[in-house]
Amino acid sequence: MAAAPDSAPGTKAQLDAAFTELYRAHLRDVYSYSYYRVGNHHDAEDLTEQTFLQAYRHFERAQRESQGRPLRPWLIRIAHNLAANYYRDRSRRPQTSIDDAGALAELHTTEGLVEDREDLNRILEGVRRLPDDRREALIMRFALGMDNREIARALGRTDGATKVLIHRAIRQLEDIVGDEAGTEAS
Amino acid sequence: MSTWDFEARLREALAPVDPPADLEPRLEMTLGSLVEMAADELEAWELKSMKDPRNWPRAALGPAAAVVVGTAAAAGLVVLRTRSRRHKRRALARGPLDLAERTLRDAAREAMRVFDDIGR
Repeated sequence: MAAAPDSAPGTKAQLDAAFTELYRAHLRDVYSYSYYRVGNHHDAEDLTEQTFLQAYRHFERAQRESQGRPLRPWLIRIAHNLAANYYRDRSRRPQTSIDDAGALAELHTTEGLVEDREDLNRILEGVRRLPDDRREALIMRFALGMDNREIARALGRTDGATKVLIHRAIRQLEDIVGDEAGTEAS
Repeated sequence: MSTWDFEARLREALAPVDPPADLEPRLEMTLGSLVEMAADELEAWELKSMKDPRNWPRAALGPAAAVVVGTAAAAGLVVLRTRSRRHKRRALARGPLDLAERTLRDAAREAMRVFDDIGR
């Protein structure tokens, strides 16, 4: 490929090459985000595909306006908006619990790790119960490894507000998981 | 569980999820088709618009308008330069006829200069 993923391209061919690189570099991120938002592989594939088609339409402008900054937050913001439309259009929330995630099942299949897996399931269930903005911030931070600045750009917030959002999300999740564990123990 | 431990567990719970193997080639194919379609559509539109006589005036209008604007600007410049020399002509003229002849010669000389400048 001639151009780096986030560099400013000149011709249409360079633009297409840059988009191909961007898409290859961030397919997993967009898919992970979509998966944790919608809770099942089928809709996650659909959402991922829509995200990249939408991104392709506006790629030239995004390249121009990004001024060399990474485009991952922009991609995730598209996925975020599409996921919001997905829920609004179909008037639904994730129906399938994300505890059937393939990655999780593969990591925790032996009997000795059953308790461990239950812990992780409790955390995932807690993530699902968080308010939308807190859940999204945690998905971006922990599933995608985005830093505060990237998350702020994706969510359209300031860096400071994002830091507070993540802090509160973790505290709330800890409370939810703690309550859940306490209820199960009693 | 400490906050550090909790965050480590959270990271483990929210492990990145690999897309299905067939998603990448499928998406690349879709994007490739879109690019081809866009190129074909543009080419087809250009050919069609060239064949349609209704589009010819539009194609010719731009250059024609530029010529008109350019000519008007040059003519304006000739008039301005000729007018700026009117006091000198009046002083040298030996009558109305001579003044008219001098004005015409000045205008012709200024026109040659303006068009020489444009030609450079």
